[in-house]
Amino acid sequence: MIHLDLFLGFLKVGCFAFGGAYGAIPLIRDIVMSYGWLSDEMLAYMIAVSESTPGPIMVNLATYIGSSQAGFLGAVIATLAVVLPSFLIILLITALLKTALKNKYVQAILRGLKPCVIGIVLATGIYMMLENCFGTISEIKVNMQAIGITALLVASIFGYKYFAKKKLSPIGLIILSAIFGIIIF
Amino acid sequence: MNILCDLFLTFAKIGLFTFGGGYAMISMIEKNCVERKQWITHDEMMNVTVIAESTPGPIAINCATFTGYKKAGFIGALAATLGMVFPSFVIVYLISMFLDNFLELVIIANAFKGIKIAVVILILDAAITMIKKMHKKKLPIAIMACSCIVMLCINLFAWDFSSISLMLIAAIVSLAIFVLNGAPEQKGGAKK
Repeated sequence: MIHLDLFLGFLKVGCFAFGGAYGAIPLIRDIVMSYGWLSDEMLAYMIAVSESTPGPIMVNLATYIGSSQAGFLGAVIATLAVVLPSFLIILLITALLKTALKNKYVQAILRGLKPCVIGIVLATGIYMMLENCFGTISEIKVNMQAIGITALLVASIFGYKYFAKKKLSPIGLIILSAIFGIIIF
Repeated sequence: MNILCDLFLTFAKIGLFTFGGGYAMISMIEKNCVERKQWITHDEMMNVTVIAESTPGPIAINCATFTGYKKAGFIGALAATLGMVFPSFVIVYLISMFLDNFLELVIIANAFKGIKIAVVILILDAAITMIKKMHKKKLPIAIMACSCIVMLCINLFAWDFSSISLMLIAAIVSLAIFVLNGAPEQKGGAKK
């Protein structure tokens, strides 16, 4: 039942997506991998598209993955499922449990969750970079072009920061990487 | 104008014109809902941002739900939240129908091979930003380091263990240390 899977999968994402959009990416990756919906490659494309289209990234990703797996209905189900938990939680907090978040046990739980999310995001980033540049453990393949583009992009980020005195925007980085991709591959 | 329509349209406008999600949206919401429409006060807005930090889900959705509820109860919350989601839903759905065809063009496929690398850098950048903002105490750092190592192993060796289970373990460990210490401030140095 693809629709039920989409609903439950993105409901899980919505319930555990602490730390903004990038905190949700490892969770989404877990779910699309375990159901075999997408490859790492396709997921990275979708993250780039979600980052470059307006609206919350997490919602865009849900719409996109839902649509790719089960058309319009899939997109609707995944989008609603990812939004539902935060909708209900905010309603509960504002209407009934105004002090719930100040409870010391809730605070203790959050103190554990937040650093854990950071660790998970960091690990996901490191792993995906290794995978891009050196392949997986079962199939090691050094990709010189990917290493070159990684180096060029990192150099661009620091160069831009040094000369323009501000941070290169995510969309700027994506456009730059697309140009490097066309030139190098 | 009907308040429900107004809520829906205002948040649809915010959803349509903010790229990058998250904190970029907060300033748009502040400008529209606090300054222009005066639906909520600046202090309330600050409060929601703090609540949003501690609750799951996109921050923009949290703000929309809160503002809608303040103005018109449950139906208001529904109108604002759907308004926030609607424009990006339409845009992303349309793109999703065409991307597969685009990818068959060699030049686009090559562009996306480059973009794939940029996405990884964005993920690492997000992690670094979060680390900078983190409380630099022993316990959170230990939890972060352990989760990072375990998650890396899960990915590298294809262990059958989900990141959600990892988060639950971290929550339980933190709660247990808090209860065992029996003090409002945790003492550092505890290992997972």
